[in-house]
Amino acid sequence: MAGGFFGGVHPEYNKELSRGKSIRVMPLPEQLTVYFSQNLGAPSNAVVKKGEEVKKGQVIAQPGGFVSTPVHSPTSGKIKSTGFYPSPVGTLMEAAVIIPDGRDEWEEGCDRERDTAGLTSDEIKDIVKEAGIVGMGGATFPTHVKLSPPEDKPIDILILNGAECEPYLTSDHRLMLEKTEEILEGASLFARAINVKNIVVAIEKNKPGAIEKMREAVEGRDGFSVEPMEVIYPQGAEKQLIYSITGRKVPAGGLPMEAGALVQNVGTCLAAFEAARLSRPLIQRVVAVTGSGIKNPGNVLARVGTSFRDIIDFCGGMTDDTAKVISGGPMMGVSQYSLDSAVNKGTSGIVLLKADEVAQFENEPCIRCGRCLVVCPMKLNPSALSIFAERMRYEETGEHGVADCIECGSCAYVCPSKRPLVQHFKRAKAEIRNRSKKAG
Amino acid sequence: MEDEMKDKDRKSGSGKNEMKREEAGKNKTSRKPPEKKKEEPFRERFIVSSSPHIHDGRTTSSIMRLVIFALLPAALFSIYIFGVTSLRVIVISICSALVFELLALRIMKRPVNISDDSAFLTGLLLALNLPPGSPWWLVVTGTFFAIVVAKQIFGGLGYNPFNPALIGRVVLLVSFPVHMTRWIAPSAWGADAVTTATPLGRMAESLDTLGHIDMDLIRELFSREEIINLLIGNTAGCIGEVSIILLAAGGIFLIAKKVISWHIPVSFIGSVWLLTGIFYKIDPAHYINPTFHVLSGGLFLGAIFMATDYVTSPMTSSGKIIFGIGCGLITVLIRLFGVYPEGVSFAILLMNAATPLIDRYTKPKVFGARKAA
Ligand code: SF4
Ligand code: SF4
Repeated sequence: MAGGFFGGVHPEYNKELSRGKSIRVMPLPEQLTVYFSQNLGAPSNAVVKKGEEVKKGQVIAQPGGFVSTPVHSPTSGKIKSTGFYPSPVGTLMEAAVIIPDGRDEWEEGCDRERDTAGLTSDEIKDIVKEAGIVGMGGATFPTHVKLSPPEDKPIDILILNGAECEPYLTSDHRLMLEKTEEILEGASLFARAINVKNIVVAIEKNKPGAIEKMREAVEGRDGFSVEPMEVIYPQGAEKQLIYSITGRKVPAGGLPMEAGALVQNVGTCLAAFEAARLSRPLIQRVVAVTGSGIKNPGNVLARVGTSFRDIIDFCGGMTDDTAKVISGGPMMGVSQYSLDSAVNKGTSGIVLLKADEVAQFENEPCIRCGRCLVVCPMKLNPSALSIFAERMRYEETGEHGVADCIECGSCAYVCPSKRPLVQHFKRAKAEIRNRSKKAG
Repeated sequence: MEDEMKDKDRKSGSGKNEMKREEAGKNKTSRKPPEKKKEEPFRERFIVSSSPHIHDGRTTSSIMRLVIFALLPAALFSIYIFGVTSLRVIVISICSALVFELLALRIMKRPVNISDDSAFLTGLLLALNLPPGSPWWLVVTGTFFAIVVAKQIFGGLGYNPFNPALIGRVVLLVSFPVHMTRWIAPSAWGADAVTTATPLGRMAESLDTLGHIDMDLIRELFSREEIINLLIGNTAGCIGEVSIILLAAGGIFLIAKKVISWHIPVSFIGSVWLLTGIFYKIDPAHYINPTFHVLSGGLFLGAIFMATDYVTSPMTSSGKIIFGIGCGLITVLIRLFGVYPEGVSFAILLMNAATPLIDRYTKPKVFGARKAA
């Protein structure tokens, strides 16, 4: 078993709510809200206008730089309007509202079987890039960028991230059970693209079914192995995962490639398979819809652009006492103020919590208990950082490494003073960025 | 991206964020296509705040309550062996601590919130550090210094550099040495209380008068009975410091509950044992057996319940070990070469002062940080 890293916490996992539910395909909703920017990095630029007819798989936004991806229409229909709409990240984002025509017609060139055996590294990278594939664990970092390491940083291990350490979420778990072969095919393509032979599937031990299924599936495949992981949050964070598997530390402020490793979420592997084999861009994903607030929890295959409201309705609706709707998991997800938010490429789950389950944070003084230090997987001192941030001494937060904070929330999860630690760190990071922008 | 960040941080948001939120609201009504469902009530109802959205449930007051719980056996036992006089001190101390806390919070216009139980705990700890027969005014003076001077004037819970209960005790020790060393023998249920000395006090006294250790006294104190008395607490001393076994049990409970870590108690008690052991090995005629040192003079109470106070001790494990060793060293120096027979309180307070320094030099190194060239 691959074990641990420094720190971490053991929140209630609550996965049983949706773990046993097979992925259900959600029918085409009445309208879709597709954000023009679906990735971390440079926003993409709209190339369609109100009133235009689009086909399924047609590009509606072009990448705005290298670290950026195209966005495709999830169905055929008409663009009813464009404008700013509530998004899962908590802001208004520019999007197109598409009214499906019900025919679900593919754009020419899409949805054709292709023989993947002969694809070269560059061809794979191009396919991934054009299919608009991003990290589907939630980070939405453009995948083709990860596949293009600089020459002097050779990668020798590909890690499939099936840890799924966020409480409640089960979408990766279901994918590993139901799309095992496809995921491994996609992983092989990644491995070929960066020329590595060693592929490790990392799964937390609380998914014995997935571990077994993957073990059977990798048998006879060269270079593949399955590694059951200790169940601890944030096991699935890239730097922690790499350390658990290889014992290598990603340098502070550095990228995983600097430790010779590439981490890909299992959902991303599936997307790569579908892009390469079936010529389908990334227009849908599996979303775990769960929490005590949903009447019929489950895992839903939904198109990008499906509103949270439609998905929740599809899952039986929410209970009257639902107090919080989270896009993503409860540790790192973003709470929603509107059910008009629509699924984007990074929406791994929608978690509905009741009031008594929701943590309330207050700006109480730190009692220096040190619990946050013990759990911080980045070995930061969240107590000191938060005090600097509180006093708006942002330079000092920088000196104390706030940039290395992965916002995993472990510190705030255990803080007995219920200090809003992550909130402080997000603000400090934003302030530091703002200042350097002004200075630059 | 910045916008996203700010928006996510709405809960403690600045005015700017609020504005953005307003805008968001407007946008939704003006630019959004007609809704199939009314969504207004949802927006009102959902809680929007920064991640994480769950908490492990342990709060400041639940921690305080666990510590209080861990102290209860020792406190109850002291009532059993010293009688109502002990109960009286405990009750006065807790009540006056709560009253001072309340008044101070009112006067300083801080949110009045004594539900965190920290004042209760301070009152209890101070009582356990006083002789059982302490007069009421002594106790009240002690809690005044503990709560008002040592804690609230410095900014309240979390900001006090010194352990409040210890400040209370040391102020009394320095100001009223006679009252603070008037011990009563155990099993004295009120009326027939006899004044006596603590074992450590008797030892120091005999050293002073004879110039070497009185072997008869040693034999008496080291009889199996006496050691057992020390362990279970059938001896003279402060209210809470006498029953080693019950204090240790409380400590193990707190470590098991992850309220405290082992680092401070073990390094503190261990270093006292080791250092006094070295002196004893060198010159057994002048120095007392290390086991006796460890079992007496409030070392367990101090090491488990006072030195581990979060606010005034270092945060990292290595810092805690340095802190514990420092406490042990100072305790031994005071006991062997100072004017007071016991030095636990002074040692902890002195190390409290060193805590910021220790914290600075034991800063954790960021994961993946390159070694400084
Ligand atoms: S949120 Fe940041 S500071 Fe807090 S535990 Fe995670 S990495 Fe450490
Ligand atoms: S967990 Fe909270 S109270 Fe404890 S040291 Fe960290 S910030 Fe302070």
